[in-house]
Amino acid sequence: MSTITENISLKEQFLDLYRSSSKEIAVNSAPLMNTHRDKAIIKLEKLGFPSRGGEEYRYADIESVFKQDMEKSFGNQKININIREIFHCDVPDIDTNLFLLVNGMFYNNGQMLKELPGGIIAGSLSQAAKDYPGLVEKHYDRYAGSSKDGLVALNTAFAQDGIFIYAPRGVKMEKPVQIVNIMISEAGLMAQHRNLFVAEEDAELNIVVCDHSLSAHRFLTNSVNEVFAGERAQINLTRIQNEHNGSSQITHSFNHQETGSNLATNIISLHGGFIRNNVYVKLNGEHAENHSMGLYLSDKGQYIDNFVFIDHASPNCFSNQLYKGVMDDYASGAFTGRILVRRDAQKTNAYQSNNNILLTDDARMHSRPQLEIYADDVKCSHGSTMGQIDENALFYLRSRGIDHREARLLLMFAYTHEVIQNIKVKALRERIDDLVNKRLRGELSRCNNCAMQCG
Amino acid sequence: MLVIKDLRVSIEGEEILKGINLEVNAGEVHAIMGPNGSGKSTLAAILAGRDIYEINSGTVLYKGEDLLDKSPEERAKDGLFLGFQYPIEIPGVSMVNFMKTAINEMRKHRGEEPLSASEFLKKMREKKDLVEISSSLTNRSVNEGFSGGEKKKNEIFQMAMLEPQLAILDETDSGLDIDALRIVARGVNNLKSPHNATIVITHYQRLLEYIVPDFVHVLFNGRIVKSGGKELALLLEEKGYEWVRSEEVNL
Repeated sequence: MSTITENISLKEQFLDLYRSSSKEIAVNSAPLMNTHRDKAIIKLEKLGFPSRGGEEYRYADIESVFKQDMEKSFGNQKININIREIFHCDVPDIDTNLFLLVNGMFYNNGQMLKELPGGIIAGSLSQAAKDYPGLVEKHYDRYAGSSKDGLVALNTAFAQDGIFIYAPRGVKMEKPVQIVNIMISEAGLMAQHRNLFVAEEDAELNIVVCDHSLSAHRFLTNSVNEVFAGERAQINLTRIQNEHNGSSQITHSFNHQETGSNLATNIISLHGGFIRNNVYVKLNGEHAENHSMGLYLSDKGQYIDNFVFIDHASPNCFSNQLYKGVMDDYASGAFTGRILVRRDAQKTNAYQSNNNILLTDDARMHSRPQLEIYADDVKCSHGSTMGQIDENALFYLRSRGIDHREARLLLMFAYTHEVIQNIKVKALRERIDDLVNKRLRGELSRCNNCAMQCG
Repeated sequence: MLVIKDLRVSIEGEEILKGINLEVNAGEVHAIMGPNGSGKSTLAAILAGRDIYEINSGTVLYKGEDLLDKSPEERAKDGLFLGFQYPIEIPGVSMVNFMKTAINEMRKHRGEEPLSASEFLKKMREKKDLVEISSSLTNRSVNEGFSGGEKKKNEIFQMAMLEPQLAILDETDSGLDIDALRIVARGVNNLKSPHNATIVITHYQRLLEYIVPDFVHVLFNGRIVKSGGKELALLLEEKGYEWVRSEEVNL
């Protein structure tokens, strides 16, 4: 079996898989999502899988990630364990509306969709596509659909479910929504979920996504988020990645912003063997403001790759990218920050900064700023640093009686805090401070309650 | 308390300290004066444990134990304090967190319980008043955005918080106006007791009007070329370092 799969290309494998499973995929999803599949598979056929020869995935070995032996399941899986019982969240104590995704499917505890205060709708995307087809259709695949990335087409072809959150005009979310995305199975598994977050005019959404793996198998997630911020809408989106080091995760986020909207994303990557995060931002109306931030703490053989593309399609917009990381042992990774300022996007302010601390000689990081500016009245800056812990600061702390290890931790914590302090929900910010502190001290579990200390 | 014998130190092959001998006892204030490049700051850094130097020969005993073998944090826990000539800015580390960590590490070393939050805040308040440093500074990150004078006051504030037995102040007076100088001196004088000692490193005699030394040493070209009482500082002020230079030739 394995010799055969090696001889045909990845693309062929997935085209075959689609042909043989499209019925099962459709049955366990929604008609609206199904109407996009055939088109997406044609696109995948044309685009293929990203290769290292291309510009965008130069350092990420996508092929070997997909070549791992993994099940792909499209039926209604029976999970025979009580997830709420075995899952202990590392972000407890914050008051959130909790939703679970298990292996890419909405985890049904009797209610597929919930109405939250103010008429906010949250729950299963496939259910929403059935109950509110007009609402979903207006946004589904509108922002991801034009992507030139074969992995996005792959997701559109296969994704059956995910989370849908909708805030009507003028409604501000009271409690943040927490989405816990869990991978658990008795063999290697691949899953592809799809989320859609919509904030209409003057609405506000606060969302935190936590990625976890609960069994010690090889997992691969290829997920797509589409995010729409209507005029003057505010969206704060935080993602905490904490899967075990035998898992691979590829996320694509398409963030569409209208006039005067403000959208902030923070991706905190704590654990995970292979992580690639693509963040696409389109500033589609004037005075829109975007903050795309990330923090990664990588050690052992972890690979972390952040790709950000800010499209200044309108004048008078502001964008700021801040990505910081600490690379230990033989961890490796990349950062690419692309800023496109279109010809009409005058008075653009666009900033980008990527800072890295390399703790060992074997840690590797590639940092690539890419600026394409076609307007003439813009302010753009970018900066990229690779460094070690500041020896002068370390000596200063030690000279006050603080142990070498503690002093180092204090400095690393201070360094990471620059990203964390931008998280707007205070309770969440404090929890993440705490998580990062634990991670730096090596006290954060990779797999919750998992006896296998893999990775 | 501190006995330095024939200390020779170099950096990148160049000898900076060429045989230092110095003895400091509890209850004493010593001033080390000298022109730029004479090795004053190197001596201070060596005593605090900076490891960018090569020690070629000599011994340093602190409270009867070999000091040079110990890490910077062990020295600090044993009561040694260095007031930096150029205090380091550490963005993201709050003054409160910094001082709390330092004090509790020292208490742990002495087998004492950590200070409670209220005890700690009380102590902060007391010492802040002593050096007239405002809360707006102690609520910030360590030295971040502090003016030169504020940084120096912050060194004295930390000294007051940590209550060292041997304080080495490396050009704490440089860049201070007369009011700040008075405050710094008051901090030092307040701490003075029969049980602890201070080494004041300075370029100018000015500080010594406020902190009266028991001994004055002149460091020149890596060696202590003259030692005396406080009147030596006045003589230096009057005659300038040129005078020492000519004396040096005669040695």
